[in-house]
Amino acid sequence: MFGYYFNLAMLSLKRNKVLTALMVLAIAVGIGASMTTLTVMHILSGDPLPGRSTHLYYPQVDPTPDNSYYGHHKYPLPMMDDRSAVDLWSAHRADRQALVVDSAVKVRSPDSSLPLMMLGMTSTTADFFPMFGVPFEYGSAWTPADDAGHARVAVISSNLNARLFGGKDSVGKTLRLKDSDVRIVGVLKPWRPIPRFYSVAGGIGANGQGADPYAKPEDVFTPYFTGLEINDGNFQQYTCWGNPPVPGHLENSPCVWVSLWVELGSAAKASAYRDFMANYVQQQKALGRFQQTDTRMLDLMGWLDAEHVIPSDAQLQMWLAFAFLAICLFNTVGLLLAKFLRRGGEIGVRRALGASHRAVFAQCLTEAGLIGFIGGVGGWLLTLVGLWLVRRQQTPYSDLVHMDTAMFTMTIGLAIAVSLLAGTLPALRASRIAPALQLKTL
Amino acid sequence: MHIRPILVALRKHKLATFLIAMEIALACAVLCNAVFIIANRLSAMNIVTGVDEASLGEIVVTGFEPKEASDLNARMIAGLAAIPGVESVHAVSSVPFGPQAGVAGVTLDHKHYGTVIDYYVGDSGTIKALGLELVAGAMPDADDYQAIPDKAWLPPSARVLVTRALADRLWPGESPLGKMFWTGPYQYRVIGVVANFMGAAANGGGRAEWSAFVPALPGGTLAGTYQIRANPQDLERVMTEARKTVATIAPDVVLDHENSQSIPVLRAAHFATDRAMAGMLIGVIAALLGVTALGIVGLASFWVAQRRKQIGIRRAIGATRGDILRYFQTENFLIVTFGIVIGMLLAFVLNAVLMKFYELPHLPLYYLPIGALALWGLGQLAVLGPALRAAAVPPVVATRSV
Repeated sequence: MFGYYFNLAMLSLKRNKVLTALMVLAIAVGIGASMTTLTVMHILSGDPLPGRSTHLYYPQVDPTPDNSYYGHHKYPLPMMDDRSAVDLWSAHRADRQALVVDSAVKVRSPDSSLPLMMLGMTSTTADFFPMFGVPFEYGSAWTPADDAGHARVAVISSNLNARLFGGKDSVGKTLRLKDSDVRIVGVLKPWRPIPRFYSVAGGIGANGQGADPYAKPEDVFTPYFTGLEINDGNFQQYTCWGNPPVPGHLENSPCVWVSLWVELGSAAKASAYRDFMANYVQQQKALGRFQQTDTRMLDLMGWLDAEHVIPSDAQLQMWLAFAFLAICLFNTVGLLLAKFLRRGGEIGVRRALGASHRAVFAQCLTEAGLIGFIGGVGGWLLTLVGLWLVRRQQTPYSDLVHMDTAMFTMTIGLAIAVSLLAGTLPALRASRIAPALQLKTL
Repeated sequence: MHIRPILVALRKHKLATFLIAMEIALACAVLCNAVFIIANRLSAMNIVTGVDEASLGEIVVTGFEPKEASDLNARMIAGLAAIPGVESVHAVSSVPFGPQAGVAGVTLDHKHYGTVIDYYVGDSGTIKALGLELVAGAMPDADDYQAIPDKAWLPPSARVLVTRALADRLWPGESPLGKMFWTGPYQYRVIGVVANFMGAAANGGGRAEWSAFVPALPGGTLAGTYQIRANPQDLERVMTEARKTVATIAPDVVLDHENSQSIPVLRAAHFATDRAMAGMLIGVIAALLGVTALGIVGLASFWVAQRRKQIGIRRAIGATRGDILRYFQTENFLIVTFGIVIGMLLAFVLNAVLMKFYELPHLPLYYLPIGALALWGLGQLAVLGPALRAAAVPPVVATRSV
């Protein structure tokens, strides 16, 4: 039966080519616009660590003396002072924990002829790599003993390894960071979490004060305390409530500039960690170091949400595109209605010859679905054009935008769903056509 | 034109009429808001920096120690000034659209938080090179340019210039001249007011122009960022040469390529996302109007085909071509009007939603009549083809197959 309806639909579509083309075009344009923006959103709002992210948390405490002085904020600042962060880290109350601080460092390699470079350096602790599932090409991460011993070691990105050593195993080679030599102990495989979740504090949504959340991971990783020593004077505060005594040297300064990430395997552990944080701030208040006792600990996706990582422009574009799809939908309903009712005579004859309401309805829907499928293919092509246009724009995430299988399936699916939805009302109308009235006017 | 018969006819096509009207309504709502967003972005992009942008550029270098600052400044300023076409080189903390530097909270009484401003530090001659326009008070004297002490990131006390926007923010309705403000222990006295001077942050809103110029001598933290002035025609060549020259005049520092650009280039990069957004919205508007017009054409063509006989009869009993043409035009006008009425309400609902989530101001009322005119025009244009075809139906049709 479907084959027969399909043939009828093909015939009908061929009969009025202009009207068919208009409908296909409307669906294709609507689908193209909404799928372009939806694909961008799908990429921007994805889970950077599927499977792991539910166990990763971002603790926050409030070291500020008076949160009315430094503007009004409802929650603790998005980073910590180094003392609180190191206190919480060294307590080892979580399954894994890592301090994270980024800075720019002058890099040269005695084994390479490349000129001096300023590169981003993430100073962190050993748990960073296993906790975030960072893949290694050569060598491995440093050990907790390296953290404690302020060891002069580093892990470099695949990209930097390619630039400095032509992609060969560079473990054991030396890198000069500012004025200190460090030994490379590991080289990463290409690794690009989207977004770069571990340093999004004060991202684009928060006035663009922080780092770009869609940037590549930094090229150099060093142990936290090693990094603080070798790149002293080059650290940037997130914000301060007093002047740091020495610019760029932020240890024990009235500034927040360090992040802490913890892995907690179960809800019970998360709840125990929250209690631990609450105790910690109470104790610090008793010691006179803290005035505030607010704490917060969100999981990874909650933290990305709280920091408004997804650019609001991308969201706005998505909503506008869906409003546009709704317009295309109304348009298609109107045109299908015109198309079906125009064939009133034909449908009347079919009804008179014994076709049921349902048969006419099914036939009309088949036609709508076919239009949707053709429109979907057109929409997919337009989405590819749209994504190409997005890639040409100078947005921080331009280079990440591509279409995957899931989004392709969704494009065709959405197009057919939209056209079936659009076809339902006109098909219902068409199936209600009274045969007698139509036959009379033939 | 009699409207009643048209309304009676439309009542027979309630569903189709309703659909087209809803399409117009949605189009009206999206159109008004999209145009409004575009207008907002364009006005943000036209921000006045108050400096001679076309003549200015900046060179940023990093990777040096504070103790090397004075030596670096001397080499950089001499080296860059030697490039043919360079009119002046000054050590500054930042330039408009450059990397943000010196953003800090200020207070007027050490108790209450005032606001967050952009501090702009520069040596003597910077103001003249920038082309800042003084509207009240005086420029700093030669004595006002002092060295920044070790471990301080700003001169601890100075006589400064503020923008009119910052003066209005901190001391509304009062003369700012002689007033004091503090950032932590640093204290500043206002001696002059400039008309416009945008800080590097340029985060939009009133905030972009809350900036202060602090005079200082090069050295200490005032090193590594240089403002170059050149003739606008020579600027891009000068900047290219300057970027190349850095490697020879200061081989131990690293040039920040991304930020070592002329201000026009930095400005374009700063607004890249806004331009992209405006471009995308223009695309949506064009597609939206196109689809709406196609919908009107499709439905009107259908109605014309359906009513061929009736049109023939009307023509046979005396209606002119003009009557038929005007019938379809009036019909379209009525449907579009109905859509616009709903669309205006929808436009405000959509605006309210956008305001809630995306920091958008109120949709000004004058957008509505403009949107309405655009859609009326679009409707009339779209219906013209089918209506002309209707008008061309010969009266003889009436005699056939009745």
